[in-house]
Amino acid sequence: MPQIFTPAANTVAKASIVGGFLLVASLLSSVFYLGSTSYVTRQQDVRPQPVPFSHRHHVNQLGIDCRYCHTSVEESNFAGLPQTKTCMSCHSMVWTDAPMLEPVRESYATGESLEWVRVHDLPDYVYFNHSIHVNKGIGCESCHGAVNEMALMFQENSLQMMWCLECHRNPEAHIRDRADIYKFESQPDYDPPADQLALGEQLVRSYKVNKIQLEDCSICHR
Amino acid sequence: MKSNQYQLTSLGLLCLICVTTLAACRQDMHDQPKYEPYEVSSFFDDKRTARNPVEGTIARGNLRADDHLYTGKVNGELATTFPFEVTREVLERGQERFGIYCAPCHSSIGDGNGMIAQRGGSSMKQPATYHSQQMRDMPVGHFFDVMTNGFGSMYSYSERISVRDRWAIAAYIRVLQMSQNASIEDVPAAQRQRLIMGEQ
Repeated sequence: MPQIFTPAANTVAKASIVGGFLLVASLLSSVFYLGSTSYVTRQQDVRPQPVPFSHRHHVNQLGIDCRYCHTSVEESNFAGLPQTKTCMSCHSMVWTDAPMLEPVRESYATGESLEWVRVHDLPDYVYFNHSIHVNKGIGCESCHGAVNEMALMFQENSLQMMWCLECHRNPEAHIRDRADIYKFESQPDYDPPADQLALGEQLVRSYKVNKIQLEDCSICHR
Repeated sequence: MKSNQYQLTSLGLLCLICVTTLAACRQDMHDQPKYEPYEVSSFFDDKRTARNPVEGTIARGNLRADDHLYTGKVNGELATTFPFEVTREVLERGQERFGIYCAPCHSSIGDGNGMIAQRGGSSMKQPATYHSQQMRDMPVGHFFDVMTNGFGSMYSYSERISVRDRWAIAAYIRVLQMSQNASIEDVPAAQRQRLIMGEQ
């Protein structure tokens, strides 16, 4: 019986060990990469809504404050979605015949809820709280992007843990004066600080942001 | 015979790999069996997870016994006084809240010419100015009452603005009324010159 393995088998064996490692590594990294693509995070993905609400129109063109509709953002973990009555407090007078507002009028008449599709949805094991961010100087824009320019709402950032940590480890780069939280960079009344890091360090101190605590697992996961 | 066994073993291995790796792809922790705010409920008939308190019940600490504070009326008459002391903080809070909830229609100076009123144009009933003599003579409870119960085509804002904030806004409306009917004599003498010169 001839030998099964030729001397070349030694090389194949060595190569397959290295190749095996590479295969596993590339599989892992491609899974990791896929997880950060917008296919998974659904960034920039506009979802169909019962009414094509335009933040750009209401914020930029009309100058309505975020809190007119998102009333609980300062004191609750949930920013608050407006009740139909909030829409109707203007739209009972303006655009009263607009066909695209029919679901709003119908909801107000029947008392049935408008079923908005949630755009920013964190995993259930993340206990995000809007009020603490707003009260410690994190502006809407830092997480939600330039909402004032979104004709239709979409998610700007990945909302993945790595992205959260980028700010939790370095809040100075993002923290704002509390008076500027509801403003957007592209708006004329927002004056970005000349030296964000210097202002950031000062604000982190004066708002008593406990940086060590910001990296604790339990700050977000309970 | 032997190669058949190999095939079976390798197929088994492949299945095992698939089962162990794909099992990790379940989303149970992402979507736990708990309701997020305003999530659709499959349990309640109206599909709402946000429930109202049972009728006739009052949550601890929410008893509204103080008529002056909660209705803007004293013995059935519109209150002419504030239910708590108006400090600078109250006025600043009122200014901020006014900017959020009132200015879109009433404008930031309260002349009734806000952006929505401008957009609505002749198709909508224009909001009244705060600066008429009639409004200046109005008891402060009137403003609280309008915010709480609505007035004309204005809806109630009681769900959106807390009770104390409504009073703070009422106080700020008084500030606006003063500012729009002020004369140069109302400015402290020390600052009068600066104002005349148009300096900051």
